[in-house]
Amino acid sequence: MTVYYTKEHEWIAVDGAIGTVGISHFAQGQLGDITFVELPAVGKALKAGEAAAVVDSVKAASDVYAPVTGTVSDVNPALEGEPELVNTDAESGGWLLRLTLSDPGELDGLMDRAAYDAYVAEL
Amino acid sequence: MRYLPLTQDDRTAMLATIGAASVDELFADVPVGLLLAGPVAGLPGHASEMAVERHMAALAGHNMPAGGVPFFLGAGAYRHHVPASVDHLIQRGEFLTAYTPYQPEIAQGTLQVLFEFQTQVARLLGTEIANASMYDGSTACWEAIAMAGRITKRRHAVLSGGLHPHYVATAECMARFTGDTLHTALPVLTPEADDAALIAAIDAETACVVVQYPDILGRIPDIAALTKAAQAHGALLIAVVTDPVALGMLAAPGELGADIVVGEGQSIGVGLQFGGPYLGLFGCREKFVRQMPGRLCGETVDADGRRGFVLTLSTREQHIRREKATSNICTNSGLCALAFSIHMSLLGGAGLARLARRCHARARAVATRLARIPGVSILNHAYASEFTVLLPGDARAAVRHMAKAQVLGGVSLGRLYPQASNLHNALLVCAHEGVSDDDIEALATALEGALA
Amino acid sequence: MNAPNSSGWRPEMTSGEAGLAPTSSGDRALALEEALIFELAAPGTTGVDFDHEDEGPMPELAGILRPSPPALPGLSEPEAVRHYTRLSRQNYAIDLGPFPLGSCTMKHNPRLNEKVARMPGFADIHPLQPVETVPGALAVINQLAHWLIALTGMHGVAMTPKAGAHGELCGILCIKAALEARGDPRGVILVPESAHGTNPATAGFAGFAVENIPATADGRVDLAALTARLGPDIAGVMITNPNTCGLFERDMKAICDAVHGAGGYVYCDGANFNAIVGKVRPGDLGIDAMHINLHKTFSTPHGGGGPGSGPVVLSEALSPFGPIPFTARYEDGSIRLIEEEDAGAEHPQTIGRMAAFHGQMGMFTRALTYILSHGADGLRQVAEDAVLNANYVLRSLDDVLEAPFGGAGPCMHEALFSDAGMANGFSTLDIAKGLIDEGFHPMTVYFPLVVHGAMLVEPTETESKAGLDRFIASLRHVVERARAGDATLKSAPHFAPRRRLDETLAARRPRLVWRGDAEAV
Repeated sequence: MTVYYTKEHEWIAVDGAIGTVGISHFAQGQLGDITFVELPAVGKALKAGEAAAVVDSVKAASDVYAPVTGTVSDVNPALEGEPELVNTDAESGGWLLRLTLSDPGELDGLMDRAAYDAYVAEL
Repeated sequence: MRYLPLTQDDRTAMLATIGAASVDELFADVPVGLLLAGPVAGLPGHASEMAVERHMAALAGHNMPAGGVPFFLGAGAYRHHVPASVDHLIQRGEFLTAYTPYQPEIAQGTLQVLFEFQTQVARLLGTEIANASMYDGSTACWEAIAMAGRITKRRHAVLSGGLHPHYVATAECMARFTGDTLHTALPVLTPEADDAALIAAIDAETACVVVQYPDILGRIPDIAALTKAAQAHGALLIAVVTDPVALGMLAAPGELGADIVVGEGQSIGVGLQFGGPYLGLFGCREKFVRQMPGRLCGETVDADGRRGFVLTLSTREQHIRREKATSNICTNSGLCALAFSIHMSLLGGAGLARLARRCHARARAVATRLARIPGVSILNHAYASEFTVLLPGDARAAVRHMAKAQVLGGVSLGRLYPQASNLHNALLVCAHEGVSDDDIEALATALEGALA
Repeated sequence: MNAPNSSGWRPEMTSGEAGLAPTSSGDRALALEEALIFELAAPGTTGVDFDHEDEGPMPELAGILRPSPPALPGLSEPEAVRHYTRLSRQNYAIDLGPFPLGSCTMKHNPRLNEKVARMPGFADIHPLQPVETVPGALAVINQLAHWLIALTGMHGVAMTPKAGAHGELCGILCIKAALEARGDPRGVILVPESAHGTNPATAGFAGFAVENIPATADGRVDLAALTARLGPDIAGVMITNPNTCGLFERDMKAICDAVHGAGGYVYCDGANFNAIVGKVRPGDLGIDAMHINLHKTFSTPHGGGGPGSGPVVLSEALSPFGPIPFTARYEDGSIRLIEEEDAGAEHPQTIGRMAAFHGQMGMFTRALTYILSHGADGLRQVAEDAVLNANYVLRSLDDVLEAPFGGAGPCMHEALFSDAGMANGFSTLDIAKGLIDEGFHPMTVYFPLVVHGAMLVEPTETESKAGLDRFIASLRHVVERARAGDATLKSAPHFAPRRRLDETLAARRPRLVWRGDAEAV
């Protein structure tokens, strides 16, 4: 399984044709306490860069974008009762949704962990 | 000027601190030619408290107050006795002159009231939750339609012919610009609400069915049956209550299955005031909370663990979500919500039930008396405190005639539906707890005179 | 640091109770706690007497009746008076001190206005009484309309919008209707980043796409960027003037000319009209629509969150589209109220009705009373004193607080500061909470969004110089603590009825209604 990152601070862990999407540990720290996560309907088709979910803190609502094009195959059911998972376990248990990838070639445009760390260090 | 504390010496000293030679220097960013040289022409100068009071009292004196005459008007605005303590309490400066509670540590008074209000409204409407108020019933009704559109992802609303025509007009005004479509109908003068026609208009495109309870003619639609029909098509049922006093007696729409219940809260604690400010009530199922418009107050704890209240779920609102907000509403009807909440606390469930039954009993006495007038009949099979009277001629003329005889005898359907001449012989008559036997006799006499 | 203030209080004195046991009641002398009505009330209690027999319902209602009365708590009158009086004491209010919320215009609420609004001829009339029985009410609407039109130099006024945001909606719908009427549908409204959130929300609610327009370095709309974006898809712009940075938009006339030249309309957010009332007529700037918050400029009370009232003045181009009931000015100078019945003949292009009845009549009586009290000369003095007070605050604090646009010249009715220069980890929020302990309501914080850590102070004209001096001294003291990194400030307020409240908990586990002890937090 390979993990990629976007400049908008999403991560996508790819296993075959399925990608699991969340926001980075850095991003959750910037947003503060997450109070609610609005997830898309399973079956929804998303284009790369399209708003896929909304992550709320007390004073802000932030769009989470689809890192690549695909169809939503699953969403994280734990977040409904426990949105704080995005804070405590952003890059694992706090995942948001799974996508069936339309074009794995799009992954080439994303960053790997080292590139993302370097990108964040510059911010 | 009695409201301006700065003295001329103060102004001089402050300009010196600022480093400006004159106040007009502070307006230097206003382009030359746009800054007025003196007071706006053609308007009078300042006036003493006594002079202004005299002027306003003279204007007030030209009106006919409801309390001074036998009074039988309803149609979305209702006269009930408001206990003296309600107006006293809402005039406490700490309530009257506070702002929206953005700093919760020093606004717990307003916030606790809102939490209590939300609970009272939810229990009254029979919904799981309620918000901290909307402008009024008519705008709350449109907000409910818009919310149903967000939930169902459909853009077509079916409105009952029994929905208050001003509420219909408010929805039509908005829908024209938002791209939503509305099914509307004029009321039909039948003894029962025409639920069957409404059900027939529901289809797979329907986002919501909007039904008033009791309806504009005072009839009582079958919310349970309508809910079932709406839900069978995946649509939501929105119930609209214009006189919540009736809910002291009638089953709550939320408990009958309505998904969203909105209302006009004016009849509890808020006076007639020629139509505003009033109080929009908004309740719904808890699972829809993220799609709700307006402010919500929630319970939490402070840093010492003490119970406290805050405005919450603000990410739905305009100041955070901006163009993606669930509504553009900001200021709502805080002080009217306070008045409602105090009056409701004084009534309690037991008092509200008695008030509703009293108004109903007075309405029955009015109906019985009016039905004895030749050519006059009562339309409704059942009603709470308001019903429709069929006259042998134009009800608008009758209303005007009665007003000349110092009786405010009802609302003519001609006033509400000027374009529908088939409704013009109908008169809406509403009774309140203060209606005396003499008032009823005066109404009957005035109506007989009008029809003579 | 840690110098005592005039009361002898020092920051390390975070509690006056060191070593003292808590009271058994939880109250502390005049600091009174209050339970919820649901916890206070006994079942069946009512504070209302009924001087008649309890009567049963008509048989036709069988099947639709409540099985039992609603589960609503009842209080006797003394219990109710005490409950709400005790709660009121947990509120800050203008009647207690300055309420310097920028953009909100919290000024003194004259009590004559309250007295007038309660005259039975205004308070106790039904909106659907025959018009012959309410000529005084129509006169109030007409007289207020006349003042609003004259003070703004506009053509017509829609009186019914229920609050500022509802007025914005009215103006934007009129723009949409005007475009439709000329067969020119346009889909985009431009809004500056510094705008009130209601502006983009209104445009979105009315079905427009919203695009931001940038600001210049001096805090104003970037005219060049705006002009460059104009085109056949731009329905209009929404601009606040004076703007949310407390500055007059010098280019307003040029903006209006450019927008009109490109076929669009200009909506002006009138939330800050208080700064220019009687000094500048917005109509002279070329705008097409502007709402007037009667609860701001004309001092109807805010009531802890409303009711407001937001009449919208309209240009000659937009007046034909104003909602009904509409107050129109005729060539002979007369002003008339037009309802459904006459709309077809007198006002055929109206957008229709935005709400039931005639608008916020109870606010109209208060606002007209306020206006007549001040007169044309007094209203001009209102603007001058409001601007003078704001500049006095600006210049009295710009040595300790960064004033992002303060170097360029005077402000209008509100002074904008930022939290630049505070100790590491200290921000606007801490200053606001520190002001609470000083006995003041904080200023508007984190707005406008274009300034980091914004603090927007609007003193209004009803603060005395001595009162301002006390506020300035307190704000200075709190800022000095924040600059020095006084740790006790991070946990302020210490002396309010509540300490900082857990807003995260409230949002994560919403408890919006009382459901009994079983679910207590």
